[in-house]
Amino acid sequence: MGRVLICAEHDGERLNLSTAKCVSCANSFANDGIDIAVLSENGGAIASEASAIDGVSKVLHIDSNDNGAPLAAIWAPQIAALATDYSHVFGPSTTFGKDLMPRVAALLGTGQLSDIMSTTDGRVFQRPIYAGNAIVTVDASACSIIVATVRTASYVAAEEGGNATIEHRATEAEIPSHTRYVELKGDTGGGRPDLQTAARVVSGGRALGSEDNFKLIYDLADRIDAAVGASRAAVDSGYVANDLQVGQTGKIIAPDLYIAIGISGAIQHLTGIKDAGTIVAINKDSEAPIFEVADFGLVADLFDAVPDLIARLGR
Amino acid sequence: MVCLKRVVDYNVRVRVKPDGSGLALDGVKMAINPFDEIALEEALRIRERDGAEEIVAVSIGSTDCQQQLRTGLAMGADRALLIETDSDLEPLAVARTLKALVDREQPDLVIMGKQAIDGDNNQTGQMLASLWDRPQATFTSELTIDGEVATATREVDAGLEVIEFDLPAVVTTDLRLNEPRYVKLPDIMKAKKKPLDVIAIDEITDDTAPMFAVTNVAPPAERAKGIIVDDTVALVAALNDKGLI
Ligand SMILES: Cc1cc2nc3c(=O)[nH]c(=O)nc-3n(C[C@H](O)[C@H](O)[C@H](O)COP(=O)(O)OP(=O)(O)OC[C@H]3O[C@@H](n4cnc5c(N)ncnc54)[C@H](O)[C@@H]3O)c2cc1C
Ligand SMILES: Nc1ncnc2c1ncn2[C@@H]1O[C@H](COP(=O)(O)O)[C@@H](O)[C@H]1O
Repeated sequence: MGRVLICAEHDGERLNLSTAKCVSCANSFANDGIDIAVLSENGGAIASEASAIDGVSKVLHIDSNDNGAPLAAIWAPQIAALATDYSHVFGPSTTFGKDLMPRVAALLGTGQLSDIMSTTDGRVFQRPIYAGNAIVTVDASACSIIVATVRTASYVAAEEGGNATIEHRATEAEIPSHTRYVELKGDTGGGRPDLQTAARVVSGGRALGSEDNFKLIYDLADRIDAAVGASRAAVDSGYVANDLQVGQTGKIIAPDLYIAIGISGAIQHLTGIKDAGTIVAINKDSEAPIFEVADFGLVADLFDAVPDLIARLGR
Repeated sequence: MVCLKRVVDYNVRVRVKPDGSGLALDGVKMAINPFDEIALEEALRIRERDGAEEIVAVSIGSTDCQQQLRTGLAMGADRALLIETDSDLEPLAVARTLKALVDREQPDLVIMGKQAIDGDNNQTGQMLASLWDRPQATFTSELTIDGEVATATREVDAGLEVIEFDLPAVVTTDLRLNEPRYVKLPDIMKAKKKPLDVIAIDEITDDTAPMFAVTNVAPPAERAKGIIVDDTVALVAALNDKGLI
């Protein structure tokens, strides 16, 4: 077995927790060392953060004006140039990793595994297909370099406590000019916990009926210090922003507590919450499929139940 | 160029065969991958808005994919290409095949889905862009084209990212890019006369060998059966008991 290279995800200032989750995955099988590639512009603090993750040997830091935004077309050739010394190259199965890693794999002339959930030996992996309706075991022994995205909901982030060396590297790849970053229109979520890492999440569905009514979800979330999520229907109807969508094609999350309100429980939604510790469903239809996965179900009109809950959880 | 993959309809609840050898897919309803329908719709809108010489729909797979290509022609594609193979290709093999097609067809834009809802890989567009050495705009929810330059709004975890890129390029679609139109009966009749060429895959590429071996297919872990609580009082008590609130 060789060494594992992990592509760090960050927002230009801080490392994303998904990076430490990739380290956890790499820690779960025998290898000759785990390194993290940090591509950034003025990202000294990010490289330091990466070097503090337990289990990491080296941080390879390419700090350059080209790396201000995580454009796959610009980052992939740099990662591919580093990758040749490694047996594994991992990134998180976030939009960042999904955008970048296939581009890296193709440059290396190899396939890619998406959303790996577990592995025993670093050669054979489990991953979900068909919206999580089936789990396949895939043997990647034939690949000279195994490129994969790590399903972040399947791993607990590696702790701090490491003291990796930071190596400064120059860009050893040609950087294309055909793709240019313009801006990020971020919804900061009003200071609420981050949906992907929150311990508690309250989600609302189509039943909320309007952006205004969705305030109920925010109010309940704030009572229990939870992040807010939504079904696709709620996003499509314009009640909330796209980055709150939970599910097969939105965010896959694993909070300790997930509360689904006015969400029917379509398979595409359920696949996003399968790893939640406890699922609570509030729905007025006792036949709604969400009740098949809920640990606690309440058959009620949300417009009665949610204000009532908010009052009971009064702080 | 628009890619249309034939997949199990999204309403079908797919089940694993009891012996773990694969999925029970006999006789299930098949459809165009929903993201690919969005891709075709976007191509049609670009033609209506900015003009486009021709829209070519491409599918790689068994002879049955002609059904999905016919639907694509009925929606409004001008011409269709089936690259026929009976193997289930991995994303890199699909991307290599598409790269060979791009070299032949010289499209200004390739629009495809962000993911196929069977394998949930979310790779092919990025790989094609990589092999082609062209820009990629993945997870696109808004696309504008101004001459040789396009601007895409991308649905990323942190919100909406806007990028600008030169054509030719690869765009992959997210759900909110558009709502695909319904096919009308006269269009289905018209589509029967549009060209649909079938080409054996070895005429396009010989570079499609698999890299991965699937050794088992299992159903996902079941969650333990839950309980229905009577009211919010009971719910709060239950959550308190578990130390969750
Ligand atoms: C390719 C594809 C990808 C998809 N990806 C995703 C995804 O990532 N995430 C996702 O969520 N969906 C996704 N979907 C959509 C999914 O199939 C469902 O359409 C969607 O999840 C439904 O959202 P909903 O539960 O909010 O709405 P509905 O299905 O309309 O359910 C509303 C529920 O609210 C209940 N209700 C109504 N009024 C009240 C009330 N007053 N009090 C209490 N309950 C009430 C109803 O009983 C019903 O169960 C995808 C679909 C496709 C085709
Ligand atoms: N066999 C295929 N035929 C046509 N298009 C495909 C095929 N496989 C993948 N694609 C395209 O690539 C996209 C992403 O697929 P995937 O990477 O498999 O999730 C799909 O939405 C299609 O547009």
